[in-house]
Amino acid sequence: MKITVTVNGQEYDRDVEPRLLLVHFLRDELGLTGTHWGCDTSNCGVCTVCLDGTPVKSCTVLAVMADGKSVRTVEGLEQDGELDPVQKGFVECHGLQCGFCTPGMLMTSRWLLDNNPDPSDHEVREAISGQLCRCTGYENIVRAVRWAAEHPGTSTSTSTSEEEVTA
Amino acid sequence: MTDTHTGFGRMHRKEDARFIRGRGTYVDDVRLQGMLYGAVLHSPHAHARIISVDTSAAEAHPKVKAVITGETLASLNLAWMPTLSNDVQAVLATDKVRFQGQEVAFVVAEDHYSARDALELIDVDYEPLPVVADARRALDDDAPVIRDDVEGRTDNHIFDWEAGDRRRTDEVFAGADVVVAQDMLYPRVHPAPLETCGMVADMDKVTGKLTVWTTTQAPHAHRTLYALVAGLPEHKIRVISPDIGGGFGNKVGIYPGYVCAIVGSIVTGKPVKWMEDRSENLMTTSFARDYHMQGEIAATREGKILAVRVTTLADHGAFNGSAQPTRFPAGFFHVFTGSYDLEAAHCEVTGVYTNKAPGGVAYACSFRITEAVYLVERLVDVLAGELGVDPAELRLKNLLRPDQFPYTCATGWEYDSGDYAKTLRVALDMAGYDELRAEQAEKRAHGELMGIGLSFFTEAVGAGPRKHMDILGLGMADGAELRVHPTGKAVLRISVQSQGQGHETTFAQIVSQELGIPADDVEVVHGDTDQTPFGLGTYGSRSTPVSGAAAAVVTRKVRERARLVAGAMLEADPGDLEWEAGRWYVRGDQEAGVTIKDIAMAAHGNLELPEGVEGHLDATTVYNPPNLTYPYGAYICVVDVDPGTGKVSVRRFVAVDDCGVRINPMIVEGQVHGGLADGIGMALMQVMAFDDEGNHLGASFMDYLLPTSMECPSWELGETVTPSPHHPLGAKGVGESATVGSPVAVVNAVVDALKPYGVRHADMPLTPANVWRTIQGRPFRTDLAIT
Repeated sequence: MKITVTVNGQEYDRDVEPRLLLVHFLRDELGLTGTHWGCDTSNCGVCTVCLDGTPVKSCTVLAVMADGKSVRTVEGLEQDGELDPVQKGFVECHGLQCGFCTPGMLMTSRWLLDNNPDPSDHEVREAISGQLCRCTGYENIVRAVRWAAEHPGTSTSTSTSEEEVTA
Repeated sequence: MTDTHTGFGRMHRKEDARFIRGRGTYVDDVRLQGMLYGAVLHSPHAHARIISVDTSAAEAHPKVKAVITGETLASLNLAWMPTLSNDVQAVLATDKVRFQGQEVAFVVAEDHYSARDALELIDVDYEPLPVVADARRALDDDAPVIRDDVEGRTDNHIFDWEAGDRRRTDEVFAGADVVVAQDMLYPRVHPAPLETCGMVADMDKVTGKLTVWTTTQAPHAHRTLYALVAGLPEHKIRVISPDIGGGFGNKVGIYPGYVCAIVGSIVTGKPVKWMEDRSENLMTTSFARDYHMQGEIAATREGKILAVRVTTLADHGAFNGSAQPTRFPAGFFHVFTGSYDLEAAHCEVTGVYTNKAPGGVAYACSFRITEAVYLVERLVDVLAGELGVDPAELRLKNLLRPDQFPYTCATGWEYDSGDYAKTLRVALDMAGYDELRAEQAEKRAHGELMGIGLSFFTEAVGAGPRKHMDILGLGMADGAELRVHPTGKAVLRISVQSQGQGHETTFAQIVSQELGIPADDVEVVHGDTDQTPFGLGTYGSRSTPVSGAAAAVVTRKVRERARLVAGAMLEADPGDLEWEAGRWYVRGDQEAGVTIKDIAMAAHGNLELPEGVEGHLDATTVYNPPNLTYPYGAYICVVDVDPGTGKVSVRRFVAVDDCGVRINPMIVEGQVHGGLADGIGMALMQVMAFDDEGNHLGASFMDYLLPTSMECPSWELGETVTPSPHHPLGAKGVGESATVGSPVAVVNAVVDALKPYGVRHADMPLTPANVWRTIQGRPFRTDLAIT
């Protein structure tokens, strides 16, 4: 099937198998390997990306379902050489160890702060509760997101701007 | 984010820059020209004879390039491979399948969707056989013999092993005022790193060189084993362990999929990628624990603990693939003497085969020390209940005193250093222990269930001294190599490899500390056998104790080489030079000195050097640890239990760790955080149960539950620092401390909460169903299907 998907502001036309998962489309077709795969059952969340501004687990979304839509991945967080505050927060607060869950955590964190710029610790925990981390015990991820909330700087929204769609 | 940080202390991690941008390189991110994809066909049966394997339809699939079966491998003498415990394991089954999920065939295709499609086309005819899923039935007379591949084998017995003095222990027990016994199960769990296991194998037929990118925690050991097993020349094997998405022991062993990927590449002449899916990871790769323990503790009426003994039945699955130093079939379980001054201790462990996946790997347990700590710390709590004393008080009364170190315990371990009571007091203060007990009393009066659980653990980590331990004959010493370039920038090459522990930062800080240059001026190379010296890998919390020591020693060697060059530069006797951070100077004249940077340039320049001084500053070393290091800690967990549903909520968790000198406290705390979450997972959620037919009941993350942000409290950490006297930096390992120490603190807390019901013990995991049934007085076997 022919699909057109905008990923990180760039439009891609591809002919894909109907059964191709979005995570494999991103990784194998587009070479965006920052989005990881971990479980196949929507439990671990390492494959989380934003689809039209909403976090989804890309292992349970078909690539064809993203046709005509806009996807943002971890590779799209940094803008003009400037890291997103959530990226900085994860470094500042040691919010990552092996780095495997990190891209998904970052995308959900960005979405949370777009919708709730000053979340409580509990709200951060709820937001990331569909994603697993085996290294950090979550504590420093919560701190990292709080750090980003306190240093909004040049945050880059997950919602798709007109400009991005036509880029 | 550059950092001019020099030496030990908190600094941001160097590796983060790539991970936060999604630019890590994990095995599945590796893409090579012409690469093919492999997939494994697994057995649906736990025990069945293979009548036939028909691969013709799969071979006819237009995108399939090869189908490999046990028969194919047998023709290459690769159908079986050695395990880490001197047993053998089937790579692809030839005669029988012995556990559900066992590897039967391997398909290589142009893409991974096609490879998996083709698995459906393979027709295997099985004749199901009776199954042994319960270790307690494995030695029954009528139990089917699982390992009939071994000639003459008539039962499922693997080994009997003991430690300590049985007679002396029995004597102490016979004379003790109080003896308490408790059976307990440490159920089968799985490390479940978020990145599953996999490999990209690339055999270059022209050069004869095999390069593998693989999820291994022990790249050098894997290279040697591939050479020994497959007969490939070792210098033509390059093992690259790139970024690894968590290991926790799961990536220590060699799995059939790795061998299949290598054979696939040899057969097709193309690179072959194989990545497990989650069910494959949970069903076939190394599990952990599965210890059925009958423990006993003896004490005086006044509460002096005298002795501990235990009889353990160890379920090793269908092949004995347990990963630990060869001489210790039960790992370091015999450090169950714990943190107490015992008169005697004895254990016997019997290993058995069952129709379950092989393994028995360290899951962040420091070679079965988590089982040991669970045993002794549960027994101490049971004893406290029997004596009617507070568990904190009982522990304080019995902990080893600082003047007893170095202390040789009743099973022979030589604990290096400790001030245990101090650490426990810090934890009690942080928790506000007396207030918590008062709150608990008040809550109990209202029928609310609140529990306070303690644990005090001692670990033995940093394997290990060559004279005491090896793995399959490979000594456990680690190499290190340090190069200092002319401009004073350094490259450290180490044998250990990171799965998230932050080696690129910590090891740079070690060189930085010892050489006085910024940590950012030190590049750490790891995870590539062509680029690094030999060593046994990252597991059992051994990186800092062994390779960290190697890094310190090699940097000191470089410093001494620099002293000779500095002497020539300053026209002084090197013996008259003094070191201060980053420079050598002439004793008594602080102004007359040269920095490492200056020395490095001179060492590579045209300065005339005295006879016998080589020039350059590079050095290598091999570190053979004189002893293990013995980190310890005091943990306190506070839980609330809903009596209506059995749901346990962890309200607070206080963890005070003493791991000696901390190189990067931020990283140490991160390691502890992760281990505490793991402990909550094991205590409350994680279990791999089986039904009578050997069906795996935890084969996805929908059934094998891992803790999320909602089950974890905000951790409260404290520290004391008691340096290791024999480690060059005074450091001890810490990577597994929290996983070892925390599960039993949670269980002790839940059992404490259930005291009003007369509960003395309950097996993990303390799921709502299990707790509820325990309250009703009808606990169930958590390792079997709930009946």
